[in-house]
Amino acid sequence: MSVIKTMKMLSSWLAAILLFGPAIALADYKLNMTPGVTEISHEVFNIHMLVLWIVTVVGVVVFAVMIYSIINHRKSKGAKAAHFHESTAVEVIWTVVPLVILVALAVPATKTILKMDNMKDSDINIKVTGSQWKWQYEYMDEAGLKFISNLAEASNKARALKSGIDPRTVENYLLDVDEPMYVPIGKKVRMLIASTDVIHSWWVPALGMKRDAIPGYIRQMWFRADEEGIYRGQCAELCGKDHGFMPIVVHVVSEAKYKDWVAAKKQLMAAGAGADDKTFSKEELLAKGQQLYNTTCAGCHGVEGVAAAPIFPNMKGSKIATGKLADHLAMVIHGSKKNPTMTAFGKQFNNLDLAAIITYERNAFGNNTGDVVQPATVKAAR
Amino acid sequence: MSDHNHPTGIKRWLFTTNHKDIGTLYLWFAFTMFLLGGSFAMVIRAELFQPGMQLVDPLLFNTMTTMHGLIMVFGAVMPAFVGLANWQIPLMVGAPDMALPRMNNWSFWILPFAAILLLISSPSYGWTFYAPLSTEYAPKDTLAFFIFAVHLLGFSSIMGAINIIATILNMRAPGMTLMKMPLFVWTWLITAFLLIAVMPVLAGAVTMMLTDVYFGTSFFKASGGGDPVLFQHVFWFFGHPEVYIMILPAFGVVSQIIPTFARKKLFGYASMVYATAAIAFLSFIVWAHHMFTVGLPTAGELYFMYATVMIAVPTAVKVFNWTATMWRGSMTFETPMLWAIAFVFLFTIGGFTGLMLGIAPADFQYHDTYFVVAHFHYVLLTGSVFAIIAGVYYWLPKWTGHMYNEKLAKLHFWLSVIFANVLFFPQHFLGLAGMPRRVPDYSPMFADWNMISSIGGFVFGATQLLLLYIVITTIRGGAKATTQVWEGAEGLEWTVPSPAPYHTFEVAPQVK
Repeated sequence: MSVIKTMKMLSSWLAAILLFGPAIALADYKLNMTPGVTEISHEVFNIHMLVLWIVTVVGVVVFAVMIYSIINHRKSKGAKAAHFHESTAVEVIWTVVPLVILVALAVPATKTILKMDNMKDSDINIKVTGSQWKWQYEYMDEAGLKFISNLAEASNKARALKSGIDPRTVENYLLDVDEPMYVPIGKKVRMLIASTDVIHSWWVPALGMKRDAIPGYIRQMWFRADEEGIYRGQCAELCGKDHGFMPIVVHVVSEAKYKDWVAAKKQLMAAGAGADDKTFSKEELLAKGQQLYNTTCAGCHGVEGVAAAPIFPNMKGSKIATGKLADHLAMVIHGSKKNPTMTAFGKQFNNLDLAAIITYERNAFGNNTGDVVQPATVKAAR
Repeated sequence: MSDHNHPTGIKRWLFTTNHKDIGTLYLWFAFTMFLLGGSFAMVIRAELFQPGMQLVDPLLFNTMTTMHGLIMVFGAVMPAFVGLANWQIPLMVGAPDMALPRMNNWSFWILPFAAILLLISSPSYGWTFYAPLSTEYAPKDTLAFFIFAVHLLGFSSIMGAINIIATILNMRAPGMTLMKMPLFVWTWLITAFLLIAVMPVLAGAVTMMLTDVYFGTSFFKASGGGDPVLFQHVFWFFGHPEVYIMILPAFGVVSQIIPTFARKKLFGYASMVYATAAIAFLSFIVWAHHMFTVGLPTAGELYFMYATVMIAVPTAVKVFNWTATMWRGSMTFETPMLWAIAFVFLFTIGGFTGLMLGIAPADFQYHDTYFVVAHFHYVLLTGSVFAIIAGVYYWLPKWTGHMYNEKLAKLHFWLSVIFANVLFFPQHFLGLAGMPRRVPDYSPMFADWNMISSIGGFVFGATQLLLLYIVITTIRGGAKATTQVWEGAEGLEWTVPSPAPYHTFEVAPQVK
């Protein structure tokens, strides 16, 4: 066989393998979509496989015809060109057959869309708000259960430019958070999805759905997880520099475990909120402030107070962090009118958290103002 | 006298109204932009070579992905097709030049300035620049440059499109009815109408951004009562026809090349024309398939899914017709034919994944993942760009009077085809496995395919320098090309000498 013929033969095998591979490797995570753990995710997986098989078969047939032609209808083999160049019958057939296949596909696809859009009778309602660059969860049926979910600290450290930390040594690198979302197994969970700034998108592949978080809108999606486990996802709409660093973690647990988690969380929230009148030592505030600063502020202002990119200001030696406390409070609580990327953090944190962050900012990086800010001061400045 | 007939030097290129010169300018501009946009892609693939952040910070990465997309779409693919149109349409219809030669000069010379403005503006919000990321959360001072650049690009396209329509409708040689035109001319005629219809819509979108950012309007600002989703509707109303603008001329090029090297007339000429028109019409009514996850009402979601999958019908018709052209032909496999056949294979794969993406429930898992990136690179790179390269090899002997080096050209072809697939096929797997788009870093579970993809990218990218070498050496010398050039070639352009004289068809030929 000539070189060209061999290459064409090999490429047709390669095409077949590559096209069939995903189909054969059914639930292989690395090659194919996950079937997921919900009824919807299974339906989506099935329709994906159906379409994939159809296009594979059509592709193999068409490519086989082309390859046969390439091998046999060549001048070097002595082939003489035929003279036909049109046929209405043939055109009609190969217009109608694809049309019929498409109509057949539309039926199951429609069924799944209708199922996806049925938000009725949910058991649990969770509002998730996307912000640059974190998610905030609020359990609408449990008063006071509200928390922010950031990229986990180990991942955040390792992902810094030239960190020198091998991502393979970090467990669930970029797919881990400090505060995961918990849901009970077998219950219909309706997600209410919103945004405080730009468009984000909430996506956990195992749950089979993604929905955009759009400022000015509350969007909905629902899922019912049929298997316990930990499921990880990521933001799926470009939202600025740390779009790749705001993951999602969902723990699907038994009802009993879920109830325990809710109770424990509510206790923690209450403790934080009830701190408004308490006085905290400088050390307590600095410790808490450093931890919060590193997860929330360091992305732009730098772990050492030196900004991550020239468009962000340094925290080290910042005029605001070393100047009037009132101005600093206003900036953190209400955000910057000029540069909306500097969000109004007053909406996301309680008074104790903000007091800690501000105390840390005013004393770290050599700023050394000596100021100690208590939650009550923050509360008054809102 | 001789000055007018064949000017020289810088003035020639600045002031030319000759369609061949302007075609050359467009093609060199496009090639330069292709290499520039390609180098941004190399930065992307270098950072994504391994998990972890090694080379660039996330903001610079977003700038690279954004500029790679904008430059490839507006700086490489579109101008390249306009370059082919400028060179070939007058030759193919037997006209002495384009209908509006001075406007033609302006259409080109806007582009380098637009490109510079675009580069200065350093956008980092994706080539789709959704609001409010691009309006309220991006540097205000450079946004104006970006918007101005987009307007300039639009003017250039619209003027070019007007020129093309006027030329094709008014300046065909006697006897060349519409249904006797080469298919490349048909696809450009239809593309030109698409351009005129949708570039103003893009202009509208960026003007609304301008007023939102600088003049206090709230088209896209939720806090002012506006709607970020409106931006997406307006953008994609432009954006979907835009991708057909980038593929229809490719269909035209391939429809010229395959019959030549099969020595057999294009199968189903009339069907091909109608299919092109059908695709163009359908392209206007499917835009929201880019927005399936936005929260469209159920009826909207269903409608856009049905309309989208319909496009597979006329597209499939075209693939079948090319296959039928090859069938029982007498084929030889010179370089242009290799590229054209690769186009048919690989564009078809891109078409298949396009169909998969159009199935709305499945799209909830594909959207904004590398599955989409793989899809559009198959249709745009192994589709549009491969067709452009095919056209360049096909017509280069006519333009320069020399045959290119067939051995080197075949090397360029095989390296490109193999490594384009090494680069993009694994991205299907990455998307299905859950890797989102536009991220500078990823979980180690995505590492293997990313590394393979990056290697494909580096080799593919380096290989294009070979094309540069081949083109330059062919311009400067090489085996003399005949008038006919290719044994099976038909059409008016193959009746003029190689290289084509500066002025051709000053007397209109008679077409039977």
